[in-house]
Amino acid sequence: MNLVETVILDDKAIGRAITRVAHEILEKNSGCENLVLIGIRTGGDHIAKIIHQRILAIEGTAVPQGAIDITMYRDDISSGVVRPLGKTDIPFAINDCHVILVDEVLYTGRTIRAAMDALMDLGRPRSIQLAVLIDRGHRELPIRADYVGRNVPSARDEQIEVLFDENKIPLEVCLMKPKQ
Amino acid sequence: MAMGEMFAHKHIIGTQQLSKDDIELILKTAESFKEINQREIKKVPTLRGKTIVNLFYENSTRTRTSFELAGKRMSADTINISASSSSVTKGETLEDTAKNIEAMDADVIIMRHSCSGAPDYLAQRLTTCSVINAGDGFHEHPSQALLDLMTIKEHKGKIDGLTVAIIGDIARSRVARSDLYALKTMGATVRLAGPATMIPPGLEELGAEVYTDINEAIKDVDVVMMLRIQLEREGGNKLMPTLREYAQFFALNTENMKLAKPDAIVMHPGPLNRGVEISSYVADGEQNVILEQVENGVAVRMALLYLLAGGSEEK
Amino acid sequence: MKILIKNGRVIDPSQDLDANMDLLIEHGCIAKLAENIDPNGIEDVIDADGLVVTPGLVDIHVHLRDPGQEYKEDILTGTKAAAAGGFTSVACMPNTVPVNDNKAITGYIINKARYEGSANVFPICSITKGQKGESLVEMGDLKLAGCVGFSDDGLNVECGDVLRRAMEYANAFGMPIIAHAEDEAIKSGGVMNEGRVATELGLLGNPWVAEASTIARDLMLAELTGARLHVCHISTRRSLELIRNAKERGVKVTCEVTPHHFTLTEEAVRGYNVNAKMGPPLRSADDVAAMKEGLADGTIDAIATDHAPHHIDDKNVEFNVAANGLIGLETSLPLTLRLVEEKILSINEAISCLSDKAAKALNIPRGTLKIGEPGDVAIIDPEYEWTVDVTASYSKARNTPFDDWEMKGAAMMTLRDGRITFERD
Repeated sequence: MNLVETVILDDKAIGRAITRVAHEILEKNSGCENLVLIGIRTGGDHIAKIIHQRILAIEGTAVPQGAIDITMYRDDISSGVVRPLGKTDIPFAINDCHVILVDEVLYTGRTIRAAMDALMDLGRPRSIQLAVLIDRGHRELPIRADYVGRNVPSARDEQIEVLFDENKIPLEVCLMKPKQ
Repeated sequence: MAMGEMFAHKHIIGTQQLSKDDIELILKTAESFKEINQREIKKVPTLRGKTIVNLFYENSTRTRTSFELAGKRMSADTINISASSSSVTKGETLEDTAKNIEAMDADVIIMRHSCSGAPDYLAQRLTTCSVINAGDGFHEHPSQALLDLMTIKEHKGKIDGLTVAIIGDIARSRVARSDLYALKTMGATVRLAGPATMIPPGLEELGAEVYTDINEAIKDVDVVMMLRIQLEREGGNKLMPTLREYAQFFALNTENMKLAKPDAIVMHPGPLNRGVEISSYVADGEQNVILEQVENGVAVRMALLYLLAGGSEEK
Repeated sequence: MKILIKNGRVIDPSQDLDANMDLLIEHGCIAKLAENIDPNGIEDVIDADGLVVTPGLVDIHVHLRDPGQEYKEDILTGTKAAAAGGFTSVACMPNTVPVNDNKAITGYIINKARYEGSANVFPICSITKGQKGESLVEMGDLKLAGCVGFSDDGLNVECGDVLRRAMEYANAFGMPIIAHAEDEAIKSGGVMNEGRVATELGLLGNPWVAEASTIARDLMLAELTGARLHVCHISTRRSLELIRNAKERGVKVTCEVTPHHFTLTEEAVRGYNVNAKMGPPLRSADDVAAMKEGLADGTIDAIATDHAPHHIDDKNVEFNVAANGLIGLETSLPLTLRLVEEKILSINEAISCLSDKAAKALNIPRGTLKIGEPGDVAIIDPEYEWTVDVTASYSKARNTPFDDWEMKGAAMMTLRDGRITFERD
């Protein structure tokens, strides 16, 4: 498929958005007590790392940060091509914590559903809040984000991709439209 | 969307058919599942709605339990059929049994059989169902070899360049064959050792170094893997004079273990015949990783089940 | 009743004949061999231009399963398959149910074949009653009944003394002992040739020495007793060397090899191919080379199929428990002709292994086109190309490793006693 690519956020815009999201998280939770950041592999974990750095810069506190792989919880597992499994790496207990679940792009909501199920199997968090860099709409489940970097209305046949550099720092967010 | 990695096998019959990439994918997948097994709630919904049948024509508590746990921890429905309680004893053919199981829409059949080639036979005759060989005759026992590799890799950080000694009744060992193929594929040097009566012809052509002196076999190795002596096997008396003599010349003990590298690990597929092929001092010693093998067994079998039954259509 | 076969290349090794001639059969017997026989007044004239006319082929080692296991094969279907392969005579092994160890069964086989069969059947009786390896059968009586030799085929006569006495006794009646040489103890449950492939497949090996050591014993017993010994289906280089050496010493021994033992190696077993499971097992490439050497230098007298039909239920099981053997009557000739293509045998030598030399090994009065002999003839097209389709076999059985093989050479017509038993479409 031929695609036309438009950059909708550059690295500076991404940085500002994440900074705002970090502030909102702290504001809503009145600081960072019992706060943990869990990024969804792959992409969300990189964003979570930036949020972690922002919170450290703002509050001077290193909140626990982990990564979760939701492949085992997908709702479209049947037969055919096998998806590679990533590793869930959450080296702390999440019981009674406020979990900030971080993803790069919120779309149908199915990934978030899987991630919440995966979290519940790991413990009983006090709350789960969702932070995303991009919300592109088209939800298929009753899920909404608590913190949104940027709302990007999109068509279903468009793709949105977050590109990272070799150090997993987000470079830009692209919107790709099929060529007419 | 990440591209799905290709796992080109519908069945797992032996490690001889697995490439280096296949083995690496299996071990990587198993690492992810190992994390599940260390959780408080050891269950994921991955294989919800899948049916896994353990079809065991030979007794095996360990392998069967391990596969059963693997299936259950992935939320599959697992059913055990053993030769003693099934229609097998009523003289039904293997093909009929298998087709009946397939007709009940099983997704994976895990098979243990005393005849070499039985899982292969099954795989050729089933249309939708996957087959995992859980040990066939003297042929292969691939999941055992894969869990061995996982354990070795965890301890040594690699497999390439290691030297592994496998000691026991090589002729009648499916574990030895599966380990030989998998270890060779991953770049290890494999020494096979045992009484001359238990060494079959052609092992050198398959890439092994062959020893009849256990001391020579153990010298400077990274891994010592002892095989269970099948006390019940027919004709055992022709293969060795007595268990006492076997223990005297072919058992692993604290003395000959000193010949291996100081950081060598001791492995055994279980169940142990203490005092026969392995002394308790070694079996329980600091270098033993036998229970880690068992633990990794569940993870490896989860990985195999996932790779055979847990795929999704790539759009 | 006259049949004239015109313009063929007549190859009859029994009389050193290889020439373009016509062959006249009259009253079921060979009446005339000459150039340009006048076809006037002869009702059946067969044009064999470009074809090879040979004595009806002789297979001295088949299993017809009749009586007792007619679900695998019977005398009708077995001899029909023989005719389709160019054979007019077969010698059938005694491992029927019950065992052919008495003249009632021998007579049954001969009569059924005579009136309903498509080939002559020469029964081989067991050496010992019930093939149990203990007491001798009534060899004299069985000779009178029409038996051509004695064998406990499928089983070795384990007790050397029993075999010695059998040789002494049979020899006095001018009858050969036919040895299935395989030491059960050394075989030790082996289900394929011992070696790398068996090790890889995790199957117990049957080493060459199980066969060769028994042949050594049998040869020395033949030497001691002066008896006529025929060794079945040899498969190893050592077996060949032992027989070559015994022949040099004047031991009265002949031997046969099967087409599969000079065509296939143990590699054919890979994938647990039950159709490549047989006794003796398929051997190494070197053993196959030895079989070809033995044919080329004449140490091996005959090519015999060991045609062993089995029901699919006997084969479609785990390799360890699958029945031994394959059907071979319809593929024997083309596999033998491959040796001609490979320049291992001349076509005359190949025909000889399938006719006069085979017949001579068991004193069967067939395998020749001499004037006055029965009109058993095979008309062969050595260039005929065809693909084996086991479902089209005339045998009841379907067990062959040669299914889908591209073959060259086939019998286009087979005649027994001057009557057509097979004609290729």
